Amino acid sequence: MQPDAPVLEVRGLTRRYGRARVLKGVDLAVQPGEVVALLGPNGAGKTTLLRVLAGLARAEDGVVLVRGRHPAADPLAARRAIGLVEHRSLLYGELTPRENLAFTARLFGLDGAAVAAAVERLDIGKHADLPVASLSRGMVQRTSVARALLHSPSILLLDEPFSGLDAPSAARLVSLLGARRAEGVAVLLVTHQPEEAWSLITRVAVLHGGRVVVDRPRPSTPAETSRLYHEAIGG
Amino acid sequence: MGDAIRVALAVAGKDLQLELRRRTALLAATVFAALVLVVFNFARDPTAISALDLAPSALWITLVFSSEVALNRAFHAEAEHGALDGLLLAPASRGGLYLGKCLANLIFVGVVLLVAVPLFILFFNLDPTTGWTGVAAVLVLAAVGIVAVGTLFSAMAVRTRFAELLLPLLHLPFVVPILIAGVQASTRLLAGRPLSEVGGWLRFLVVYDIVFLTLGSLAFSTVVDE
Repeated sequence: MQPDAPVLEVRGLTRRYGRARVLKGVDLAVQPGEVVALLGPNGAGKTTLLRVLAGLARAEDGVVLVRGRHPAADPLAARRAIGLVEHRSLLYGELTPRENLAFTARLFGLDGAAVAAAVERLDIGKHADLPVASLSRGMVQRTSVARALLHSPSILLLDEPFSGLDAPSAARLVSLLGARRAEGVAVLLVTHQPEEAWSLITRVAVLHGGRVVVDRPRPSTPAETSRLYHEAIGG
Repeated sequence: MGDAIRVALAVAGKDLQLELRRRTALLAATVFAALVLVVFNFARDPTAISALDLAPSALWITLVFSSEVALNRAFHAEAEHGALDGLLLAPASRGGLYLGKCLANLIFVGVVLLVAVPLFILFFNLDPTTGWTGVAAVLVLAAVGIVAVGTLFSAMAVRTRFAELLLPLLHLPFVVPILIAGVQASTRLLAGRPLSEVGGWLRFLVVYDIVFLTLGSLAFSTVVDE
């Protein structure tokens, strides 16, 4: 991989559900150390795009490159490179956060120290030994984030990661993501409220009608971003 | 290979941990097995059918249907909260994930058998010293085959709306060859015939297990990946 090459790149990505074409030729690239806020109305295809990038859904056409390589060329390396937070927790409700993280660690070939560090980082400690099904939405979200960060991925795909978090938890997550960004981790952040991670965002993309209709450096204020977004979606 | 074994052990360990916490499926399968044996015992007219004539059928029907209970729950935990996607995001071979699921299901079926077989011996008044080494080998080989096919179909069915109905419809036709081999071999063994007399059935079960474990490992990716 070239030093200045995008760590994640998609070109002409298309995807259909039944007759509905959700993605109609998406072009997007994320450089190391970038945090790209991906905005778009409900049903624009943001979650579908993230699932295709994570390898959980297939694109019908187009190219996906993870660290300069097609994921199919080395799927295990591609999965190691990616951490995903989506609207579902991806956790086992009857296991505790610690047990969920320990299981993920075993799948990734990590030791118990990684689990302890993740519990500490996301401040899950007090709730780490209660079943996930009994936890609040915010605590489940923290565990989901801990799970996604556990293996220190170089690409983070985050679908509304601040959803359900209280203000201190959100601030903690911003700080964590900031540290990861400084280490060169690329973040694609799906959000309806970019101001939640305003200090992190370096670029803004708007997905509308199955295409990226805006892709530019972050505007100077959230208000300007909002204006830009509404102009792009025509609403 | 080492990686696949590590993943398989992790998946099996997690499944057993979940089952120990719930206990519902294990309890249901064990009670179900005991009930089938009770029904068979009391439905039999001892003056018309000898215990030895009916015992192999009762044993195999108990094994097959209690295995369905085990296999029906095999991917339930994964169906909730997107946990299956969580598994698929791991840098793990799909073959390793499949083998882990098979191992957990096999242990589950093994526990049910550990409860059912003594009840079976008791209800049918069988001699526990006659032919049981051979019957145990047949049961283990059959359980591996049932689980190898069933785990694959369970993964296939869990994403459908009628998973609990679909699984037996898909699975049971593939169980028929195992059932034939199992009944034939155990009838002879329980009648005190030597193990060498059922060598052909044992070889058939070994080949069945190897073929379906290999096919399952290779096909699992097609079943779970989009």
